Amino acid sequence: MSLRLQNPMLSRVAESLYWMSRYLERAEHTARLIDVDFELRLDQSPEASSGRWWRLLEALQAPAPEQSTIDAATLTHLLTLDKENSSSIISCIAAARENLRQVREQCSSSMWEHLNRLYLQVNSTTSNETWLLQSYVFFRSVREGAHLFHGVTDSTMSHGEGWQYIQLGRYVERTDAVARLIGAYFSRLPYSPEQAVESEEYLEWVGLLKNCAAFEAYCKSYTAELRPLRVAEFLLLNPECPHSVRFCVDKVHASLLAIADLTERRQDLPVRLAGRLRATLSFSQIDEVMASGATAYVDSVRQQCSQAHSAIHQIYFDYPVETALSH
Amino acid sequence: MPLQESARALFRPPFRNYQFDSAYDEMFEAPGVPRPHYQALFQTLLELPPEQMRKSQQAADLSFLHQGITFTVYGNDEGTERVFPNDLLPRIIPHQEWRKIESGLTQRIAALNLFLEDVYHNGRILADGIVPRELVYSCKHFRREMRNLTVPRGIYVSICGTDLVRLPDGSFAVLEDNLRVPSGVSYMLANRKVLKKVFPTLFRDYGVCPVDHYAQALLATLRALNPASSTSRHEPTVVLLTPGVFNSAYFEHTFLAQQMGIELVEGRDLLVHDNVVYMRTTAGLKRVDVIYRRVDDDFLDPLCFRRDSSLGVPGLFNAYRAGNIVLANAVGTGVADDKAIYAYVPAIIRYYLGEEPILNNVETYLLSDRSQRNYVLEHLDQLVVKAVGESGGYGMLIGPHSTSEQREEFRQRIQADPRNYIAQPTLSLSRAPCFLEGEAQARHVDLRPYILYGDNVTLVPGGLTRVALRRGSLVVNSSQGGGSKDTWVLRA
Repeated sequence: MSLRLQNPMLSRVAESLYWMSRYLERAEHTARLIDVDFELRLDQSPEASSGRWWRLLEALQAPAPEQSTIDAATLTHLLTLDKENSSSIISCIAAARENLRQVREQCSSSMWEHLNRLYLQVNSTTSNETWLLQSYVFFRSVREGAHLFHGVTDSTMSHGEGWQYIQLGRYVERTDAVARLIGAYFSRLPYSPEQAVESEEYLEWVGLLKNCAAFEAYCKSYTAELRPLRVAEFLLLNPECPHSVRFCVDKVHASLLAIADLTERRQDLPVRLAGRLRATLSFSQIDEVMASGATAYVDSVRQQCSQAHSAIHQIYFDYPVETALSH
Repeated sequence: MPLQESARALFRPPFRNYQFDSAYDEMFEAPGVPRPHYQALFQTLLELPPEQMRKSQQAADLSFLHQGITFTVYGNDEGTERVFPNDLLPRIIPHQEWRKIESGLTQRIAALNLFLEDVYHNGRILADGIVPRELVYSCKHFRREMRNLTVPRGIYVSICGTDLVRLPDGSFAVLEDNLRVPSGVSYMLANRKVLKKVFPTLFRDYGVCPVDHYAQALLATLRALNPASSTSRHEPTVVLLTPGVFNSAYFEHTFLAQQMGIELVEGRDLLVHDNVVYMRTTAGLKRVDVIYRRVDDDFLDPLCFRRDSSLGVPGLFNAYRAGNIVLANAVGTGVADDKAIYAYVPAIIRYYLGEEPILNNVETYLLSDRSQRNYVLEHLDQLVVKAVGESGGYGMLIGPHSTSEQREEFRQRIQADPRNYIAQPTLSLSRAPCFLEGEAQARHVDLRPYILYGDNVTLVPGGLTRVALRRGSLVVNSSQGGGSKDTWVLRA
């Protein structure tokens, strides 16, 4: 008698779990970026912080505002509570919830309850003067809501195929977001790789690490002396930091392997693409990366990640019926 | 009425303003005197501080909201998801009364299934003149496509939710048979979960029959319908077909699928190839054997029924005809819950089973009959008029609560299409205490038990007690301001 595992899941369900997880990760990422920015701005002159807004917008792929002067309140609203903006925090959480709602019989009741509660909470927030002053409470609740959700997921949902799609979505999204963030910093901020950065500049690089929730972890590895090269190495190639690109790609690959095993598709494209990217990151040397340009490297990572995403879509979510019938 | 006045003086909160009228009261046999099986609840409520009840109610509402136990209201743009109002005071049914309901409903579902088999095959009952032929063939839900199609075990209706009302004399009567896609069972289970938290000791001391095994019983019923062609494979694959997230009962679909451990599928997840139904999974296509469909006949298969339906599966009906898939309920069951056929159900029971009906019908006027129609048109202000094919409280005229324009509108509609309407006397539904505005208030209730028919007929003891939450209202439908409460059937 063989051990009874879960049946293969519906393609639509797998896709919803994947997107739910991506949207939630996106909301958490955006919340962290804005929160870190608020904190840094307290220590900086208005001119210094306006440059960071542009990086922020680029890193989030947000629509660029029409006027060249950026008003913090307007932008914050755009990125957090603006329902018109499909990548605002509130839109991402609503989309995550909508995706989970369509498959709620697949997740544990408490997972649904936590995400629904986060949605109701965010949705009852109105932006006004007092809200801006208290916004850190909002950002914290978004981050904690996402953490809580993943904690509940890990301890109440079977770690079967559905759970793997949740992991997959989370880390595909994070790979792309972190890579884009690194790209925005290294293309817009002047730096010399080997030199320790100072004063005003220092805050910016701290900001980058904090945006990846990696400042403390960086200090443990390299001390608080910040060098752009080391920052790049840490965020791109560190195998242990949960927001490094390599870590995320390792997770993507692991989930795809597990899914390929469960669905008996070990030879298929998604695993191979993720495996190739994983190997690239495992064997890269940071000085070589920097010599050919960090931005180019990051772009190539993002491109391969996007290929993997398309392959996942074609193999698991939306395959042509003819090929399926011929199997 | 000096007696009633003095009894009312005995009333303490939360019953201070409790009202009586001619309707049967579930809790009190006379003002101030609770029925024996309500005594313990009555005592508890007298002793409980109203503040605590209010807190429990808030906690219950919040837990429903967080769990997303909601239904969707059509034609309402903002806040389309609403919590289904739940009342905390249980409706209690003694064991003996339940026994009678159970045997009455078992008898009814057996007879209705025989009726369906007959009208879609030889039509004996029509030939014998028991049910008028034209009434069956003119029914909107009669499906010619079902002629001579044999369904497994001859079971057309395997899931049914019958609406019962209690009349002023205390007897239960059937108001409606819901034989197509009855809903609400998830609220029965959710209400029970909440009440066990609110009144744990009371619940235990009462000795209430459990309802939690409903999902298991439903799964067993669906498996029992397994088509012959798949007997070689060991377990049939059962799925629940939902119209999707925008359906008003979507919560229930997800809930039942989860509780049964089966896939919740939408039309776009299924496809038909060589008359076999498959679902699209991440590991390729997987064959499906039984579909518990929560999609109406009209939308099941765009090749066979409504062409504009995007909820269904093209080719599904052919697979059904080929016997490769079972649909529960079968297609075309709506002919037996047509409100005009309803008037003949007592005759149907006598015809097939040779027994007297255990549960009575409500008196019904068929408007296709000239003399009955004339009577109804003269008494529109006293009667309830219903469209025969509608459900959910839509398309209804409640005479005593209507305006003269509404009556005029119905008069014209009836004259234009008399077959499409029936009339019934305005029933005085029984009333039960509900906790509203910080006190107990009497509200009209009905009862919808859920009947399953697979290997045999199963009823989970209880059902959904629906409440007309608006003062004086007789409409219990969720779409029309209704709520629900837990139903406690007591052990012997």
